[in-house]
Amino acid sequence: MDYLNTSSHYDVVIIGAGMSGVAAGIRLAHFGQKVCIFERHNAVGGLNSFYSQSGRKFDVGLHALTNFVRPGVKGTPLTKLLRQLRIQRDEFQLAEQKRSRVAFGPSGEVSLNFTNDFEVFESEIARAFPAQIDGFGKLVEAIRTYDDVSLGAQPVSARAVVKSFIGDAQLEDMLFCPVMYYGSAQERDMEFGQFVIMFKALFLEGFARPFDGVRVILRVLADKYRAAGGERRMKCGVRKIISTQERATAVELDTGEVITANHILSSVGGPETEQLLESTVTTAHTSPVGALSFVETITILNQQPRELGWGDDTIVFFNDSERFDYTAAQDQVDPRSGVICFPNNFAYADGQELPEGVFRCTCLANYGEWKRLEERDYQAAKACWFGIMQASARRFLPTVSNETLAQNTLATDMFTPRTVEKFTRHFGGAIYGSPLKHRQGRTALENVYLCGTDQGFLGIIGAMLSGISMANYHILRG
Amino acid sequence: MTKEETKQVMIDIIADVASDEDFTNIKPDVRLRDQLELDSMDFLDIVMELRKRHNIEVPEAEYPQLASLDSCAEYLTPKFEALGK
Repeated sequence: MDYLNTSSHYDVVIIGAGMSGVAAGIRLAHFGQKVCIFERHNAVGGLNSFYSQSGRKFDVGLHALTNFVRPGVKGTPLTKLLRQLRIQRDEFQLAEQKRSRVAFGPSGEVSLNFTNDFEVFESEIARAFPAQIDGFGKLVEAIRTYDDVSLGAQPVSARAVVKSFIGDAQLEDMLFCPVMYYGSAQERDMEFGQFVIMFKALFLEGFARPFDGVRVILRVLADKYRAAGGERRMKCGVRKIISTQERATAVELDTGEVITANHILSSVGGPETEQLLESTVTTAHTSPVGALSFVETITILNQQPRELGWGDDTIVFFNDSERFDYTAAQDQVDPRSGVICFPNNFAYADGQELPEGVFRCTCLANYGEWKRLEERDYQAAKACWFGIMQASARRFLPTVSNETLAQNTLATDMFTPRTVEKFTRHFGGAIYGSPLKHRQGRTALENVYLCGTDQGFLGIIGAMLSGISMANYHILRG
Repeated sequence: MTKEETKQVMIDIIADVASDEDFTNIKPDVRLRDQLELDSMDFLDIVMELRKRHNIEVPEAEYPQLASLDSCAEYLTPKFEALGK
């Protein structure tokens, strides 16, 4: 029981029990810091959690764990993470993707397959864009040699860098589409360092998933944290950071209780942390709220997607427009592009198969357009967009008739920017946070640090490494 | 504590910090970095584990003393002895 022997002072208070907060907590507790994580929700995981509905467990966030490398590959984010948290890789029970695709054109006429073997992607580009393969090779070389973990790099436009190697706008967009969908908080363009992190995570490394989904990873983290002596208080949010001059002295909980701390590590986001400081620190807000949010439809099937005729794709990134438009939707949803995920299509150990088929589809959304709806209109909008999104996504898959799909559908669910806001408290339902990242995790106060999304490492492995790096850099090395 | 015991202490720590490495044939006179994939994060962890487990402080300027198992033994054994170990 975490709640019985609660203390009123900690070496470190961590705000938020997402991947980054718990990873930071493991490091700090392991090295003898008295640490407590305060989480407003009743579950760990933050943006990458799970929920139960009608006896089914649904993952939120995670389509696939990116940054997958096979045993023996050293020096990549996954390896670093496992070492830093003293986790054996078997504990994550990772199964590799079968095959993913980037599909562009009104029904996927131009398609690039990729797997966890990078040569597949290279040969696909050589096939579909033969004039670009030399430029692509040089781009990959620039990506491989870029120092993406430097905390002091100057921002450079990724579009500008990629254009300098790739002369075909469609290929350029096909490279940006997966990279942006899986991590960019910025519309249209991204910082090149962020592009490098995501390109490596998706293409040079790869996709994997535990058979039981994200909860396997969360359980490992929670167990490590507890074993290291870390404390946590759930359903116990922080509403204010209290400070004197340049230093924070305490946090005030939703209950009014005050907990003093030497250091505060906030994983709740840049603008969100600034709001916690608001009443005591007079500096202007510097972090804009992210404009990008998403809707996702989830369809549960009574058979494997393959059996229904949808093949073995793991993830499909699709776009029907001449130029890929990664911006907040004008309407509630922008169904022109999106991501399809079939969690069934990972190569699980011993040929295991998930008990039911799962078809997930994610599209860009507009937070404001969802936020302003009355409850009844909100439900109607969800129903309406569910059909539109599914229809849009299915253009990029082998044809399955509406009747067949309806007959084999057991259940559906959908989340919107409102759902994201409700459960993660991210302003604007912005899954990837603010477009302004704080690489060194600094805030207006010298002993309050950011980790997680707005520190700027991406994906769930990135989130965990963010917590680790900030704990190391600001607290353990100090 | 003997120098051999100090080496074993180091091997135990490295085995935890980099459990995916193969420790069966570590040569004591060769730089650890030349035999194992250890980056600066891993070295920092080794130093922190020394502090956590054995109360031994290694100032940053002296990290090069931890280059090989032999140099670790030379450098750390007197520190263990000073602690009465």
